[in-house]
Amino acid sequence: MEMAKHSTEVVVAGLKKILISEKGLDQEVQGKVEKLIAELQGTRPPPPPCDPDAQRIEDGFDFFKKNIYDQHPDYFRELAEGQHPRFLVFSCSDSRVSPSVVLNFKPGEAFSGRNIANMVPQFDQLRHTEIGSVIEYAVKALEVKNILVMGHSRCGGIERLMKLPDESVTYDFIDQWVQIGLPAKLKVLAVANDLTFEEQCRLCEKVSVKNSMANLLTYPFVRNAVVSGTLTLRGGYYDFVNGTFEQWKMCTEPMPPMPMPF
Amino acid sequence: MAALAPTSLSKDPLSNGALTRIFGSRVKSLEIQHTQLRLWTCFRSNSGVKLKASAEPPALTREPKSDKQESIMEMGNGCDLFNEMKNNFLSFKKHKYMENLELFQALSKGQAPKFMVIACADSRVCPSNILGFKPGEAFMVRNVANMVPTYESGPSETNAALEFAVNSLEVENILIIGHSCCGGIRALMSMQDEVDSSSFIRSWVIVGKNAKLSTKAAASNLSFDQQCTHCEKESINCSLLNLLTYPWIEEKVKKGELSLHGGYYDFVDCTFEKWTLDYKGSVMEGKNRVVVKNQSFWC
Repeated sequence: MEMAKHSTEVVVAGLKKILISEKGLDQEVQGKVEKLIAELQGTRPPPPPCDPDAQRIEDGFDFFKKNIYDQHPDYFRELAEGQHPRFLVFSCSDSRVSPSVVLNFKPGEAFSGRNIANMVPQFDQLRHTEIGSVIEYAVKALEVKNILVMGHSRCGGIERLMKLPDESVTYDFIDQWVQIGLPAKLKVLAVANDLTFEEQCRLCEKVSVKNSMANLLTYPFVRNAVVSGTLTLRGGYYDFVNGTFEQWKMCTEPMPPMPMPF
Repeated sequence: MAALAPTSLSKDPLSNGALTRIFGSRVKSLEIQHTQLRLWTCFRSNSGVKLKASAEPPALTREPKSDKQESIMEMGNGCDLFNEMKNNFLSFKKHKYMENLELFQALSKGQAPKFMVIACADSRVCPSNILGFKPGEAFMVRNVANMVPTYESGPSETNAALEFAVNSLEVENILIIGHSCCGGIRALMSMQDEVDSSSFIRSWVIVGKNAKLSTKAAASNLSFDQQCTHCEKESINCSLLNLLTYPWIEEKVKKGELSLHGGYYDFVDCTFEKWTLDYKGSVMEGKNRVVVKNQSFWC
C-alpha cells in the first residue's frame, strides 16, 4: 500500500510539473490532466475563479454524493442496473415547482417530463414527438402505474394563453405551444366570464390539467392501459401562494352497450 | 368507505363553484378531492388527429362492470398512493415551506432563476436531487435523452421553454445534463438511420443523429455499451451546438450575457463532469465541433 501511495504521489507530482511548465497547453488537454490528477488524489481541481454559478453546481453535487448517494450504496447500485418508477409526472418548467422537492420524489420514483405550463397535447406523431416519446417510453417500456399531471399557481404559460392574442409582443414558440390549452381557456371564458383576469387564470391552471388528462387518452397505449386497469391518470395542483396541494384521479364509469344493428 | 381527509385547506370558493359549472354535478367538493370524468371514446368531432390504434374504441362494446368493480376503480387502488403523496406534500410543507416562509413568499411573486437546465426524463437523474437545485434556482425542461432540437426544426416543447427562459426570464446559464445508461441514447444507437414515424421515441431521438455519426466515426472499435457512453457525451455537445442555431441565444452568448454548459452524471460510479462551451473557439471551428473550457470532474 505504501509503495502504491508513493507511486501515485510520483505520478501526481509529474503531472503537476507538466501543468506548470507547459503554459501553452491546449485547454482540453489541460482539463484532462486536471481530471487525472483529481482521480489519483481522490479530490477535485479548484473551480474557475469568480464563477459562483459553477461553485453552486459543485456544492450541490457534493452534498448529494456525501449525504444521499454514499449513504445508500445498495439502493443506488440497484438503481444503476435499471429504473422501475411507478410514476410518470408532467410538471411545469417553472423553477419553483420541482416535483422532487414538492412531492419528495426520490431517485427512481418518477419519470419526469417538464415543459411550459405542464401541457400534454393530443396524439400527433408529426408535431409532438418530444412529449410523445416521454409518454411512450414511460408506458410501454417502463410500464409506469400512474401518470400525474401537476399544475401550479401563478403559471406564466397559462397567463400567456389567457392574454392571447397580444399585439404588443409575440413569441415564436411559446404562443404556439400554449395553444394546447385552448380548450381549457374557452371553457373558462364560457362559464366564468364574470371573474377577474387573475381569477380566470387560476381557474384555467386547473382546467388545463384536466384538459391534459383528457388528451392523454388520445394516445392508444395510454387508453389501453387505463381501460385494462394497469394505469391511473391523476391530476394535481400546487398552490405556492397558500402552501396547499390538491389532487384528483380520473375514474371510469360504465358506458351503455352500443345498440346492435338489425 | 369514509371520504378521504382533505389534502387542501383552501377555503377558496372560486375553484369549487366555477369547476362545478364546468363539469356539472360530477364535481365533488374539495373535501373529497375527487372529480369523476367519464372515460369517453377518443373520436372527438373536431379533432384533427388521426389515430393509428387498431383496437376498437373500448367503452362502446364493453359490458358494464359490476358496482363492486366500479367502486374498486373509484377508491381502492389509489388510496395508498393518495396518502403517500399527501404525506410527502405535508412533509415538504412542514420542513421546507414553513421553515423558509419568507423565501417562498418572495418566490410566489415571481421567479428569477440563474439557470435553465435541460435534463433527461429518467427517474434517476432529477437535477433537484443530484445538484440540489432549490425552488427558484433552475427553470427546467426534461425530455427523453436531454436533447435540444435546432431552431430550424420548428416549434416544440423544448424551444418554447428556451424562448421563455432566455427572452423572458433572462437566465444567465443553460446547462444540459446527460447521464449514464441512457435508454434514449441506446435507442438512437440501436435504430436504423432512416426516420421511423411509427414510434415516438425513434422520431424524437433522431435529433441526436450527428452524435451517432461522430460516435461511429470515432469509436467503432469499442463495444456497443462503450459506444453508447461515448454517444451520451457527444449528444450533449451536439445539443450545445444546436443551442447556437437560435439567433437570440447566439447573440447573448456572443455578448457574454449567457453561458452554455454541458454536464454528465454517471450514476454507476457517482461522478459528475462539467464543461463550458468556448464560443469563440467553437466559432473558429465553424460551429461544427464544440470547443470547451472550464472542465471539472467531481467524484
